[in-house]
Amino acid sequence: MNQMPEIIQAIPLTHYILLSTALFVIGLIGVMTRKNVIIVFMCIEIMLNAVNLLFTAVSSYNSDSAGQIMVFFTMAVAAAEVSVGLAIIVMMFKNLQTTNIDLFKSLKG
Amino acid sequence: MSANMLVHLMLWPPLIGFIINGILGSKLNKTFVQWIGCTGPLVSFIAAVLAYFSFKDQKTVVSFYQWINVPDLFEINFEFFLDNLSFVMLMIVTGVGTLIHAYSGGYMHDDEGFHRFFAYLNLFLFSMLLLILGSNLLILFAGWEGVGLCSFLLIGFWYKNTDYNAAARKAFIMNRIGDLGFLIAMILIAYQFQTLDIRVILDGAKQYPINEPFNVMITLFLFVGVCGKSAQVPLFTWLPDAMAGPTPVSALIHAATMVTAGIYLVARLSAMYTLTPITNQIIIGVGLITALIAAFTALKQNDIKKVLAYSTVSQLGYMVVALGVGAYTTAVFHVVTHAFFKALLFLAAGSVIHGLHGEQDISKMGGLKEKMKWTHLVFLIGTLAIIGCPPFAGFFSKDEILAAAYGHHIIIFILLSIASVCTAWYMLRLYFSCFHGQYRGDHHSWDHAHESPVIMLGPLFVLAILATIGGFFGLPEITHQTHLMHDFLSKSVQDTSHHPSHLFEIVLWLVTIIVLVSLFIITKKRYSNKSIEEYNGSDTGISNVFRNKFYLDEIYDLIIIKPVYSLGNWLKTTFEHQFVQGIMYLPSTVLSKAGTNLRALQSGNTGMYILAMILGLVIFCLMFIFKLV
Repeated sequence: MNQMPEIIQAIPLTHYILLSTALFVIGLIGVMTRKNVIIVFMCIEIMLNAVNLLFTAVSSYNSDSAGQIMVFFTMAVAAAEVSVGLAIIVMMFKNLQTTNIDLFKSLKG
Repeated sequence: MSANMLVHLMLWPPLIGFIINGILGSKLNKTFVQWIGCTGPLVSFIAAVLAYFSFKDQKTVVSFYQWINVPDLFEINFEFFLDNLSFVMLMIVTGVGTLIHAYSGGYMHDDEGFHRFFAYLNLFLFSMLLLILGSNLLILFAGWEGVGLCSFLLIGFWYKNTDYNAAARKAFIMNRIGDLGFLIAMILIAYQFQTLDIRVILDGAKQYPINEPFNVMITLFLFVGVCGKSAQVPLFTWLPDAMAGPTPVSALIHAATMVTAGIYLVARLSAMYTLTPITNQIIIGVGLITALIAAFTALKQNDIKKVLAYSTVSQLGYMVVALGVGAYTTAVFHVVTHAFFKALLFLAAGSVIHGLHGEQDISKMGGLKEKMKWTHLVFLIGTLAIIGCPPFAGFFSKDEILAAAYGHHIIIFILLSIASVCTAWYMLRLYFSCFHGQYRGDHHSWDHAHESPVIMLGPLFVLAILATIGGFFGLPEITHQTHLMHDFLSKSVQDTSHHPSHLFEIVLWLVTIIVLVSLFIITKKRYSNKSIEEYNGSDTGISNVFRNKFYLDEIYDLIIIKPVYSLGNWLKTTFEHQFVQGIMYLPSTVLSKAGTNLRALQSGNTGMYILAMILGLVIFCLMFIFKLV
């Protein structure tokens, strides 16, 4: 991958960074403020994908494929994480009949 | 037989008896237990007699093995020593011991702890033999502690009674104070003489001048031990309480043998005491106070055994005075006669108690002469012996002590004579109250009163004979006969007392006889027909003080026990609970408080956790940016 496509060069790296930061912050605020577990879960996915986007962009601009390889790893892990996370959410719903995250407080000291 | 063999034969049979009866006793039948228990002392007695005939007038050392060896400093051998003083004590302990073992077979026959009783009694005899035979102070001390232990075990023999247990503990603790004195004396001796061997100590002491301060200290601390064991003021209050034990125990341990161990110790170390006249003054004082206090207290006691106990204390006071004035052989002579007549009196009292099914209160006795002919006879002999009526045993020994006291100082003589008159008074009161007049208890117990079995009467007769003729071992100078006891003992103990003139002796005899006869008449009139109310009636003034034992127990309670208790309480509540526990709980309190406060952070709210995480990340990033890390 010696030569970047023209279309990608048309957009400067800064834009990619700003976009992925914005996505990450959106996800972060969602995780902190939303009450619904599934939404929280989705917000985590947004954060993951923001990072993925940043990886891809930076690797393209640097002509280094290592970042894109890392994205594949992240996606594999995210898939596993989703299956486990959703299973946990299903079990939580079965026990408490709710998806409100404020009610899952059994870790309170 | 060799001396070695004889010492083995003396020492081990009682210990073997203790082991057999102690381990297997509960499974054996009573006759067998009794045989085992009595054989040990009997073998010891025979061995002692054989040893007497083979080795009298000699000083024989029997060494078994080296016990403790500190190279170039000192060594202690497991070694025994036979001389005339040990022979006298051995005869008393094993002889009277055997008789009392036989008597116990009858007295304790219905008791469930029969085997335990014999086991303890045998262990006592073994310890007593160690005490007498030991050639150094460490073996002597082992025996000294052993007899103290057995005394404790036997006073608390009926351990289901809390009062008896308290009496046992009292005896043990009082003795412990004395033993501490003995122990300190031993340490001082080891420091001064680099040995604990009695003969070496006595040789070494002769090199020091009279009243050398260190030696005075040694003899004083030793005398503290004597005060504990031989029940002298201020440590004597345990002995009257020790009457909680079975009567044979009172006879053997608390009258005839163990309590005279202190007298034996001073007689054994007499060569040292003669070099410390200061100590001797203190000894005389203590002995006199003891003899008087105990004699006065005995005047007003209603418990048959308590009267005898106080009379024992009083007689021990006599012996201690004799030691103080330097009449060591006289003191040992009185130990011998006292062992005879006091064992006799206790066993006769035991026979009365046995016959009345446990009644000890003399206000509920009277007229027992008819029911217990033989007991009455031996009790009368014992009484005559203790009050010093010629020609019974007590007359000669007591007369000798009075004479020696007169030779030292007339005030000692006068005070001892007062105690002596009191002795006659309370013993005659006891005798007439028990055996003369009308029975004051209920009819039921009168009908069931009976004479004791032969196994109990046998030892009584033997002791009665000894109490009658025992005095002839020590005929006074005036009869121009040899004083056998004095001659015999002078080969191991040297007297330093002065003998008064013959005229004084004759006057003393006449006065004694006149006083005794008049006392006999007065007390017979006074106590033969007293009503039960008069015994228990309230007293006024000084007699109330006597009845209440000079309030000594109360005084000790007030000045020693109460303060110690409150100190203990203060330590428990203030020192322990607040100070010590405060320090101990400090770390845990800090951690616990910190935990309580920090748990608020563990809200369980996921959002908060993430916020904290991000804040942390931001802080790290900022630190990174501003090159703080």
